[in-house]
Amino acid sequence: MDAQTIIARRVAKELRSGDLVNLGIGIPTLVANYVPPDLKVFFQSENGLIGTGPIPEQGMAHPTLTDAGGRPISALPGASTFDSAMSFGLIRGGHVDVTVLGGLQVDAQGHLANWMIPGKMVPGMGGAMDLVSGAKRVIVAMQHAAKGKSKIVPRCSLPLTSARAVNLVVTDMAVIGFPDGRATLLETAPGVGIGEVMAVTEAELVVPDKVPEMKI
Amino acid sequence: MKAVSVEEAVAMIPAGASVMVGGFMGVGTPERLLDEITRQRKSGLSLICNDAAIPGKGVGKLFDAALVSRLTATHIGLNPKAQQQMLANQINVDLVPQGTFVERIRAGGCGLGGVLTPTGVGTLVAEGKRQIEVDGRPFLLETALRAQFALVHAFLADYLGNLSYALTSRNFNPIMAMAADTVIVTAEHIVPVGVIAPDHVVTPAPLVDYLITNG
Repeated sequence: MDAQTIIARRVAKELRSGDLVNLGIGIPTLVANYVPPDLKVFFQSENGLIGTGPIPEQGMAHPTLTDAGGRPISALPGASTFDSAMSFGLIRGGHVDVTVLGGLQVDAQGHLANWMIPGKMVPGMGGAMDLVSGAKRVIVAMQHAAKGKSKIVPRCSLPLTSARAVNLVVTDMAVIGFPDGRATLLETAPGVGIGEVMAVTEAELVVPDKVPEMKI
Repeated sequence: MKAVSVEEAVAMIPAGASVMVGGFMGVGTPERLLDEITRQRKSGLSLICNDAAIPGKGVGKLFDAALVSRLTATHIGLNPKAQQQMLANQINVDLVPQGTFVERIRAGGCGLGGVLTPTGVGTLVAEGKRQIEVDGRPFLLETALRAQFALVHAFLADYLGNLSYALTSRNFNPIMAMAADTVIVTAEHIVPVGVIAPDHVVTPAPLVDYLITNG
């Protein structure tokens, strides 16, 4: 199983029936593929839709029904559409149960940086800052390391997305939470030892006596 | 509301004007107005739009023609030309969180001086802004945003200028239609009064100054 699939499958396990969920671009988008069909989750697309459905069949796309990247999507029965003030009222107002976002860095206190690399890449924060400020639960879905460099760091060197700590980080190697405000190893990926995780994690990790393996 | 041709409407926009444009990644954008702005080469625009779309689509056309000198947006990462122009200091870019962006425009259209939002507290976005505590929670004071022109795209417009929108092409359009001195609208379909039921009118006719006629 590749890294992205491991992450997406594990994140999908965090969703509950009735949740209003916002998925960011990249790995988070894949999470929708692993939600069991009997679980009634509402997916929000921040460009103004609750009830996003899969990519339409060939020839069925409509130019006014798209995701936040401008790609054609479909709408499920029971979907609703609204303007951007409503969409971000939902997000900032605590009506979104779970948001899943990509990350560039997460630090030992759970702070996320995911919107710019000064001087190099300045795409803009889009909806990320509002999502981290307002969603009930924030889950970061990202690779544990990039080009051999840990993305779990003692302190973010990149500009923060929010002063609020995230709730959970799911990587291809581990699940990390922040009980008492400290990065804690909650699970390891199948076949990955605690030692391996520690070796590629720059931040100090609290390791409980028992660290179960991810169930995916 | 006055019905005008696209050429007449764009002739009213001076070079250097502040212009809000509806749409999200080019979806729900008044393409005909942008084509005409490009043809009439209205340069030095101060553009307020959620994103920079992609080259060749939506407001992306304005970056293709290098007509933007100032941009207020939330995300420009999918338009390499806008990125290049920003990094080369050809355009002055103000990046704003999307929820803040829409609330600033809403405030501008609703007679408010601004809004208090928790988004951006403790980040680069807070620099130079007043932080205000309400019931012990910190908020940023984000000021209202208005423009000389709002360019709006609707699904249906009736002969009076009542507007309704389709699916995800609604986005910023009805909010911007409140927040500019002059509101210019294109619509997929122009229909007789009454076709849009009162309950389905999203932007009421008195907000619309000009409706672009067909063909």
